[in-house]
Amino acid sequence: MLLGTLVYGFVNSCILALVAMGFNLTFGISGVANFSYGAIYIFSGFTAWIFLNSIGFPYIICVIISIGLSATLGILIYHFVIKRVKGLALSEVMATFGLGLAIMELFRYFDFVGFKYTLPNIVEGSVAIGDVYLDYQRIAVVFIATALTAFIYLFTHHTKTGLAFRAIAQDERTALTFGIDSDRIGALSMGFGSALAATAAIVVLPMGTIAVEGGYDVLLNALAVCIVGGLGSTVGILFASVLIGFAQTFTANYLEPHWMMLVSLIAIAVVLCVKPSGIFGHQKELEERI
Amino acid sequence: MKKRKERIDRGIKVRSEDVFALTSYRELLYLTAPRLLPVFGLLILVPLSPPYWQEIFISTAVYALLAISWDILVSVGLISLGQSLFYGVGSYVAGALNHYCGLPPVLTIPIATVTGAAICTIALLPVLRLRGIYFSMVTLVLPLMILRLVEATRILGGTEGLTGLSPFPNQITAMYLANCCLLVALFGFRRLMDSDYGLIIRGISDNDRSVMSAGINIHWYKTQILFLGGTVGCFAGAFGTHHDMFAGMPGFALDYSIMPIAAAVVGGTGTFAGSLLGAFILVPLSEILRALGALRIVFYGLFLVVFVVGLPEGLFHYIRRKYHQFERWVEVE
Repeated sequence: MLLGTLVYGFVNSCILALVAMGFNLTFGISGVANFSYGAIYIFSGFTAWIFLNSIGFPYIICVIISIGLSATLGILIYHFVIKRVKGLALSEVMATFGLGLAIMELFRYFDFVGFKYTLPNIVEGSVAIGDVYLDYQRIAVVFIATALTAFIYLFTHHTKTGLAFRAIAQDERTALTFGIDSDRIGALSMGFGSALAATAAIVVLPMGTIAVEGGYDVLLNALAVCIVGGLGSTVGILFASVLIGFAQTFTANYLEPHWMMLVSLIAIAVVLCVKPSGIFGHQKELEERI
Repeated sequence: MKKRKERIDRGIKVRSEDVFALTSYRELLYLTAPRLLPVFGLLILVPLSPPYWQEIFISTAVYALLAISWDILVSVGLISLGQSLFYGVGSYVAGALNHYCGLPPVLTIPIATVTGAAICTIALLPVLRLRGIYFSMVTLVLPLMILRLVEATRILGGTEGLTGLSPFPNQITAMYLANCCLLVALFGFRRLMDSDYGLIIRGISDNDRSVMSAGINIHWYKTQILFLGGTVGCFAGAFGTHHDMFAGMPGFALDYSIMPIAAAVVGGTGTFAGSLLGAFILVPLSEILRALGALRIVFYGLFLVVFVVGLPEGLFHYIRRKYHQFERWVEVE
């Protein structure tokens, strides 16, 4: 029981890190509020499903198309919605949240509800660790999450584009004087974040069904991880994913599965109350509270 | 030759700005007509509508109350993404008092209005210092948290909710109760924002630090406004729960969060009349679109996007500008 909880807690942490990565890149690192993240996540899941089952492309092509379409959607959202209300943080939140709502409910309207909406596993089979059975898909999640986290860390610290992503969140005007086109970088960040959301969807969704409610949960989980870890900090994301991931698995196993989602919600509320910039965050204190 | 648009106040607006307005019926009408319009509409026109539409206008009034409560919070700079917190708390307090203690609606609604607002204020007190987006995120999370808590602990009827609550004696009573409270909230808040108190409130939302440096305790003012907004929201919840004869988890659902925001944004924030206008456009519209089912939320979402991006001032500000000012083309010097 304990070993199983520990193993699945670790896997759950990796899922959380994977799911939060794109949100962190857009909202945390570049400061572009993307509250349609959950919608983009399920959008990519459903597009992959549609291309796989209705048109019948090979799975790998579906994955590429789905990631590409999600990135395009992200860039379009940036150009047509966020760019027009840039700087008004709350208008950004409301507009993207409204758009995400519209996208998700549109899927519900077109009756994308049910158990048939599943994606195939990347790898089949399972392995036993002690007396705990773990399927290869979950092991793949662990590897992909680790690889992506390392990639994001290196990308945002050692490439020009990645540094520009961080620059526009820290001080947009100064970034402009260094020749960083903040709209181009914002759009890129949005597209990149959406592509990461799509990757997460492709890897995580085979373990369950694609559901509209999943979009809301993903947004909440991503928000929880980013807020607890601290906006803009990749190390914080890792720490927060482990913290929330284990907390969720332990509550699910020892209390009740109902309480699982409550953990992220309470984590958000507590961290915002106590230290709004998060455990590893070091953003401007005066801007978040007075 | 380049031209630009110039806006000039109408003569009648200038003439009716001080006591000389009393000298002419035309000026009097110019001043009173926009104010009498909602009164006339809500107290006479709406009760005369067919019973089916009366039902819709009652739910419109509930949404309008929530939108006004959102608007008063915005005027102090607190942007809530979870109006359903107020609706849900109000509805559960009224529902529990009626269900477990057997109190009649005459008692439960006032009690729920005040205690509900107090509960919400205390719940949000620790995060009142947060600014902007951080406060919004807490309010977004809080109703969802309560929702899961009710689901997990099965308190207050759990997923089933509290059913069989006492209804209002008849539809007309319910309608007049809702509409009168709506008018009181609308004109009361407008009056409040015009007073010196309102000046402080607007100051806090414009630049909280300079209000602080004037020696004003902004947290105390924020608490007061939160309580005021809470009373209106909780009243909407208590009223709605007795009208539906049901208090349950849908009270904390996203519907009651997104709809008031959409109404206030479509109508225009900061005037309260805009929220009313927005609610009276969106709710009947969504009723007409009822055949579309789940597509309604899609429409709210899109409305929100279109108005936030395209017409951020909202309809009411636009109409008011046309009412007070005229425009003409002039040459650019």
